[in-house]
Amino acid sequence: MDKRLPDLAAAVAPITDGAVVMIGGFGSSGIPFGLIAALLEQGASGLTVISNNAGAGETGIATLLKAGRVAKVICSYPRTPGSIWFERRFEAGEIALEVVPQGTLAERIRAAGAGLGGFFTPTGYGTLLAQGKETRIIDGVGHVLEAPLRADFALLRAERADRWGNLSFHATARNFNPVMAMAARHAVAEVRQLSDEPLDPEQVVTPGIFVQAVVEYGVRP
Amino acid sequence: MISLSDNALAARVARDIPDGSYVNLGIGKPTHVSAFLPEGREVIYHSENGILGVGPTPPAGQEDVELIDASKRFVTAVPGAAYFEHADSFAMMRGGHIDIAVLGAYQVAENGDLANWATLDEKYPPAVGGAMDLVVGVPTILVMMRHVNRDGSPKLLRRCTFPLTGLGVVSRIYTDLAVLDVTPEGFRLVELTPGNSLSEVQALTGAPILHPMPT
Repeated sequence: MDKRLPDLAAAVAPITDGAVVMIGGFGSSGIPFGLIAALLEQGASGLTVISNNAGAGETGIATLLKAGRVAKVICSYPRTPGSIWFERRFEAGEIALEVVPQGTLAERIRAAGAGLGGFFTPTGYGTLLAQGKETRIIDGVGHVLEAPLRADFALLRAERADRWGNLSFHATARNFNPVMAMAARHAVAEVRQLSDEPLDPEQVVTPGIFVQAVVEYGVRP
Repeated sequence: MISLSDNALAARVARDIPDGSYVNLGIGKPTHVSAFLPEGREVIYHSENGILGVGPTPPAGQEDVELIDASKRFVTAVPGAAYFEHADSFAMMRGGHIDIAVLGAYQVAENGDLANWATLDEKYPPAVGGAMDLVVGVPTILVMMRHVNRDGSPKLLRRCTFPLTGLGVVSRIYTDLAVLDVTPEGFRLVELTPGNSLSEVQALTGAPILHPMPT
């Protein structure tokens, strides 16, 4: 078994128009900048992007929004300082937006990866974000039924990987990357360093079973 | 009317954070609370993006680009810190493991309802982040905010007019003018910023303020 790919272009080649793509990262950390640039180059459009934020400035997801490749964004915090391309597309009515509380977003992704049909959470009960959803009182507390969230592809950033697809992370670059690896049919990780040796099993954060391909990309803008 | 500066308000909130607490500081002004923690207390700060043990801002040139807090600022990790992924981070928040959260607010109602994620402006895209998860899972929610809006209208109300973040979740509100508890009877005065009178503060508040319980 060898999940290593020679370059970023090979890693994003299977992504088709209309695909649902999870993209790891929170703020500026743990974002697969190289894979996003390769996806922009590859040209797939009509994408649904699932990510915590919707890009900032002229980097990362913002480049996909700027180029008009995104039809829908599912995220918790689209509006950040400098999220100009998200705001421009949203105000022009050119993209659909689904806002999900951040913990519900993580857990919906985890539920998909864990083979669950959803879960009841107290988060959002009684608010706009629970409208139209099934509710239940559990131990006296109002809960909302939330559905699993899966994707065709996940684009991830990790610190190190071995040829089996095992991943380790650095600091807060971990964020959504491990759960997204679980929830996508085809998860690709861009890593700062591909290791010739197997990672120490005690240091593996995301086991290789959740990762279909790894590619080295040492650059970090 | 005496109005506390942002730093003085952060210091006032910090006085009420007990030794040994696990605390989440919301984005914006609440992040300043940690700088004013009284000497001798050890508090572990949680950041939703996967750190327990958030430390101070690193010196210029020593930033780790992959080590940020929920406000997306560069931070450090203190001895005893831990990193984890998002589902675990929100299990800590939703699962009742964090003791205190300090949040900003657009509006707080006398029944403890909190509005801090969306306005009524449809052109302004809403952004909820981790606020709804925090308020359902953290037992003590402290709000830190200006007492009134820029136009002088009250932020403390009988009922919120903006979309809610959580229902009946706020424990205490710290403003530049006063500290108030949320009680089953409504807002109750804890203290006035020295120099202010209750009648002055009441005039800037959209719901009745009860006097402190006689002791």
